[in-house]
Amino acid sequence: MVDVIASLLQRILATAALPTRRSGARDSAVATSGMKWAEIACAVIALALPSFAEAATVDATDAAAVAWWVWPLALFVVCFFLGIIAVPAGVGGGVLFVPLVSGFFPFHLDYVRGAGLLVALSSALAAGPSLLRAGLANMRVALPLALIASFSSMLGALLGLALPASVVRIALGVAILGIVAVMLLAKKSEHPDVPSSDRLATLLGMHGVFTDRASGQKVEWRLHRTPHGLVLFFAIGVLAGMFGLGAGWANVPALNLVMGAPLKVAAGSSSFILSLVDSSAAWIYLNNGAVLPIIAAPSVIGMMLGAKIGARLLTVLKASVIRRLVIGMLVFAGGRALMVGLGIGG
Amino acid sequence: MIDDIPPEHLRYAQWLHWSGWLGLAVLVGAFAVYATGLVPPVIRLESLPELWKLSSQDFLQLHGLEGGWHWIRRLDRSDMLSVLAIAILAGCSALPLLAVTPIYLRRGDRTYAALCVLVVAVLVLAASGVISTGH
Repeated sequence: MVDVIASLLQRILATAALPTRRSGARDSAVATSGMKWAEIACAVIALALPSFAEAATVDATDAAAVAWWVWPLALFVVCFFLGIIAVPAGVGGGVLFVPLVSGFFPFHLDYVRGAGLLVALSSALAAGPSLLRAGLANMRVALPLALIASFSSMLGALLGLALPASVVRIALGVAILGIVAVMLLAKKSEHPDVPSSDRLATLLGMHGVFTDRASGQKVEWRLHRTPHGLVLFFAIGVLAGMFGLGAGWANVPALNLVMGAPLKVAAGSSSFILSLVDSSAAWIYLNNGAVLPIIAAPSVIGMMLGAKIGARLLTVLKASVIRRLVIGMLVFAGGRALMVGLGIGG
Repeated sequence: MIDDIPPEHLRYAQWLHWSGWLGLAVLVGAFAVYATGLVPPVIRLESLPELWKLSSQDFLQLHGLEGGWHWIRRLDRSDMLSVLAIAILAGCSALPLLAVTPIYLRRGDRTYAALCVLVVAVLVLAASGVISTGH
């Protein structure tokens, strides 16, 4: 079953090897080169997954025969390639990291979730300053939501650590498949029409102006449905803490589609919120012994290095192609988490 | 362009930039020391493949470790140094919030000054180890 899905991924890769932009000979060469990097990244992960899945089910007696550095090194390499594709695909590191690593590496889910939060946190810390300086992250939007979500992420982390691993795997599988559905179905609105702010948004001054660098225009914006947003962010925090995921996949639609923030402000503010939400959840995992440096450190370092390359590829890659490949990987990983949790797969 | 950006955003960005990079640099350095064996760890690297399959609860019980801040007493060991580095990374967001609070207060914006302090309070609560699963 794993081999069939892996070969399907490889076929998708082969057919997805399309040229990107053709605006000039040099751009085309750069785009082709960038696409090759992303193809290599996806190929490494797709080809490695079945082997990892099989190797990860080695029992404890055989595990002692594997040198201690093998799996952390493999983790570093996989996270490096995840970092490359995460940025063009528009997904955070955490949402890729937890399902893939928990499904295909021999680490207990507790440590994978702890490391996942740190991976997502590091990405948000790296992106945050530039987003704030560019006016794309707004503290008036983010702080009230971050307060709610950082508190609820602690509750989610406690709940996730208290539940049996099999139950969390099943829930994780369902959550990942739900995230795929959100990624496929959620519409985006560049500049939502918000006729008027609600009372809470007015009280908190949740409005602003940002300069859209793409068009050069100044965009005035305001929010509405703030009470709905607060409830949503409470739930988002619980999920983020429970599964060790970054919450960007939920933050952005909540801010953009529910509360009416412009898409770029939603994405920028999401990163700011993430840095606070994942910090509080990460501390719960750390204080409960669920962060192992041998897992967390190579994950964070690999992802950060890969993201540096991925950010440079952002302008030359056909993001929709990468996004489809990433969605395929998430379907695979979510399905595997469900199967393992239900005791069907190895 | 920079004139449109509120001063608290710029200060937060500056503090976050430096604290984030500091956290990452310390993590890289501490992990290099850990992985190369320059400083001995509490738990031997060779025994990790048998241990990382265990739940965090079982791991702590097996080694007679406590949760919370137990690691602070063993900073002479490389794995606990790495935990310190991770703690620094996890705490990066708190200082920038405290740094921007005076800006809000000077402007008379007590609501957002209070929000900054409350978020820091949540982070401190999470970091304190008071809340745990009772392992």
